[in-house]
Amino acid sequence: MKYASEFRDPQLAKGLLAAIEQAVADYPGRMTLMEVCGTHTMSIYQHGIRALLPKQIRLISGPGCPVCVTPIGYVDRAVAYARQPDVIIATFGDMLRVPGSTSSLLHEQALGAQIKIVYSPLDAVALAEKHPQKKVIFLGVGFETTAPTIAGSIVTAKQRGLKHYFVLAANKTMPTPMAALTADPELKVDGYICPAHVSAVIGADAYRPLTEQFKVPCVVTGFEPLDMLRGIQLLAQQVLSGRAEVENEYQRIVKPQGNAKAQALLTKVFEPCDTDWRGIGAIPGSGLKIRADYAAFDAEVQLPATVEEPKEHQGCLCGEILKGKITPKECPLFRKACTPENPVGACMVSSEGTCAAEYKYGTD
Amino acid sequence: MKNDIILLGHGSGGKLSHQLLDELIIPTLSQVAQSEQNDAAVLEGINSSRLAFTTDSYVVEPIFFPGGNIGDLAINGTVNDLAMSGARPLAISVGLILEEGLPLSELREVLEAMKAAADKAQVEIVTGDTKVVPRGKGDKIFINTSGIGVFDHQLRISGSAAKPGDKILINGTAGDHGMAVLASREGLDLQSDIASDSMALNHLVEKLLAELGETVHVLRDPTRGGVATTLKEIALQSQVDICLQEDALPVNETVAGACAILGLDPLYVANEGKMLVIVAAEKAAAALQLMRQQPEGSAAAIIGEVVAESNGRVMMQTAIGGMRAIEMLAGEQLPRIC
Repeated sequence: MKYASEFRDPQLAKGLLAAIEQAVADYPGRMTLMEVCGTHTMSIYQHGIRALLPKQIRLISGPGCPVCVTPIGYVDRAVAYARQPDVIIATFGDMLRVPGSTSSLLHEQALGAQIKIVYSPLDAVALAEKHPQKKVIFLGVGFETTAPTIAGSIVTAKQRGLKHYFVLAANKTMPTPMAALTADPELKVDGYICPAHVSAVIGADAYRPLTEQFKVPCVVTGFEPLDMLRGIQLLAQQVLSGRAEVENEYQRIVKPQGNAKAQALLTKVFEPCDTDWRGIGAIPGSGLKIRADYAAFDAEVQLPATVEEPKEHQGCLCGEILKGKITPKECPLFRKACTPENPVGACMVSSEGTCAAEYKYGTD
Repeated sequence: MKNDIILLGHGSGGKLSHQLLDELIIPTLSQVAQSEQNDAAVLEGINSSRLAFTTDSYVVEPIFFPGGNIGDLAINGTVNDLAMSGARPLAISVGLILEEGLPLSELREVLEAMKAAADKAQVEIVTGDTKVVPRGKGDKIFINTSGIGVFDHQLRISGSAAKPGDKILINGTAGDHGMAVLASREGLDLQSDIASDSMALNHLVEKLLAELGETVHVLRDPTRGGVATTLKEIALQSQVDICLQEDALPVNETVAGACAILGLDPLYVANEGKMLVIVAAEKAAAALQLMRQQPEGSAAAIIGEVVAESNGRVMMQTAIGGMRAIEMLAGEQLPRIC
């Protein structure tokens, strides 16, 4: 099995679409389904799913693009480190173009900063071993998909006795922000398309408190088109029958309890903390910080930096977009002051950002 | 040669420079006798009122990658740029910028690949230049090639010539070169190897033009920016709308898998041996058949059509029946987080 083309079968897709259309035909209003994860947002645009759905179903994008929800102060701190001559910044590619208050890592790279794109935090450890005279700082962003491997990089660095490998930690966790969004009276979410790979780590059962406390349906859904359509079908059926349960469409990857090994590694190195979500604000207990036992690898603890006062860009509505309250086209900066070449807000930067997806793939 | 690496002296214009030229570069690249070596190459016997002239610089890193190296890339790229205008490539110049410390064995390998590529494309390397920069001021080797081509016909092939109804063909899988270089640069451990598609397309173009003549409207090689960016350029130049079929676009399975893992879109990944052919609808089947009969086009496919005159939109019908817009690549494609 190749795990891709099998889940893009046009005939099966047509069948699912017809079934969804038939199921919601008599539904009087519109049901609002939120895809939490940025990769879902991208998939919806990439496969042109929105236009195929009946008008009774409205998809909105949530706060699951890791780059987009990273606060501007974090980017400013990374920029401050990048300006130090003995520092190499190691980062996932997405972070490069994210605008800070007055600069970005891409801009600093052009000015001479040493910034290296890596594909795994372990590559950053290898980079540190190659450059014993430098401080290598890995930008630790993302959700539970990246947190265990970042934890793994710290454990590996400790085992190898590295004193010059650091992580600037800003990992965030699910599903805490989903509870915050559900409680927001302005935003009526009828069902959640729950993240695929995050759920592989935390397990489908992690969404039970949401279904039980808020009575909002949750379906863990894969990223391929057939996954997406099946997830939407399951959510629609729950909404129609007034149920609120956790269902798992992505059983080939996601287990009810998740990945125990990854969770153990994550808990070994990180502990929960309150954290800021760009555009959304502080959400208690939704972040991860490095435990005291591993403080030697915590960039923020070990390495002083002069960080500028964070200054959000005027008129940027990323916050409203991340909460699903407006669509990119409703932001006055979209396609005008804010483009992928010259992004004002983070949603336009990441390949998982809602605005980037709308800019790149939107059909009107 | 006693030294086995490039020294600053190799670019001094003095004895070491002559040694490098006479013992390595000229014997590898050309048949020009020493008595014929002057400041400029003289091209004789050209009977054409139109010439094509192009230039391109090559700075790929790493310089060796599966499927080729910077040398054959520099020849094929310039040969293809000439061929896409409908011209027959005739002569090429080679400018080498070498970094101090480059192993001569590597330079030799690059030069041999250039010569082999030039022979295969039946184009002559007629003039050149070599400079050496201090260590750290370059990156092993940069190559500039310029090329001159002649026209054996009166056809006007241009990016502005696409017309509503035309069909769009590609001669094989998209994204092979970009992924091969990326995988090799980043040491990505893929289950099966991806090789660059670097190759000259001039012979395939000659056959197409001979057979189909003026029904061939546009030829373009989708190098940097990939198929998506190139089609968008054509749509804008011709002021037409283009519609692609996702399930018709050939993509190598390993390339598709690697792109999915890294969050890249094969439509935007570079090619070095691919061309987009836009032909009148009635000749599309003939073009496809002809391309598939040639080694450069064995995996050719019809991937879309020009749908209407307009202001240059490119749309793609996705495999599951949805529609999405195709825009030019903004900046570089950056690998995503998760």
